Amino acid sequence: MKTRVYVTLKHGVLDPQGKAIHHALEGLGFRGINDVRAGKLIELDLDEGVDEAEVEAMCRKLLANTVIENFRIEREALA
Amino acid sequence: MNSAVIVFPGSNCDRDLAVALRQVSGKAPHMVWHRDSELPEGLDLIALPGGFSYGDYLRSGAMAARSPVMRAVKEAAERGVSVLGVCNGFQILTETGLLPGALMRNAELNFVCRDVPLSVENSQSAFTSRYDAGEEIDLPVAHHDGNYTADEDTLDRLEGEGRIAFRYRAPVNGSARDIAGIINDKGNVLGMMPHPERVVEPAHGGTDGRRLFEGILEALG
Repeated sequence: MKTRVYVTLKHGVLDPQGKAIHHALEGLGFRGINDVRAGKLIELDLDEGVDEAEVEAMCRKLLANTVIENFRIEREALA
Repeated sequence: MNSAVIVFPGSNCDRDLAVALRQVSGKAPHMVWHRDSELPEGLDLIALPGGFSYGDYLRSGAMAARSPVMRAVKEAAERGVSVLGVCNGFQILTETGLLPGALMRNAELNFVCRDVPLSVENSQSAFTSRYDAGEEIDLPVAHHDGNYTADEDTLDRLEGEGRIAFRYRAPVNGSARDIAGIINDKGNVLGMMPHPERVVEPAHGGTDGRRLFEGILEALG
């Protein structure tokens, strides 16, 4: 089963990379951008038997640093 | 003093640390490979070197923090063995949870590589006893992810308990409260971004790092 883990910085944690992307977009002439936050997308291909609790454990133990990051798990048949 | 330097794939300051430890203590440290699950017996100090362990994949220090040897390092630290983490070593210590907070990408996104003036905030620890409180020293930094971050409560606690060992005298990388190095609550774990091992003899262009190793030697015998 394809599972996606989105790792994003917590609110209130400054995101230097997001800020640089923001400035670069404005430098290209794009307007109306209020904020940019950069994160990670991790795709996992898992056996059917691996349940959500186990994916959450993977996130807490390795995929996200919960001091500064949040994670969201998306499980779907991506075909 | 019995010491060990942990070597990860991508470490590049392991030999510098080993030379500094040998020069100051007169005894060569054990070099321990990341796959080893046991540490040599009777260690007084474990040093985690700078570098780019595992290519900084996922997050700086993240993979190293989960390597077999770090389980043993964590157990040793909990037993009271002293642990020094420099640069990538500091990142590994926060990723392991032995020190609070996290080290993020530098605020200006650039790799900072130069000597920086620091003040010694705490001269009471086993690592800093050979410095004077408030003393100004110069140590080199060379990092991309040295921007120390923690929540306000943690920062206040570090501040209140005297656990900020070193502070930058001018902003270097966006670090909260200009933190350059912190100590754990028991006082046996120090993590710092600047490199004391790179300035231990006059030929290095400075000797301000030497007293850190002398202090450790004095405290641990």
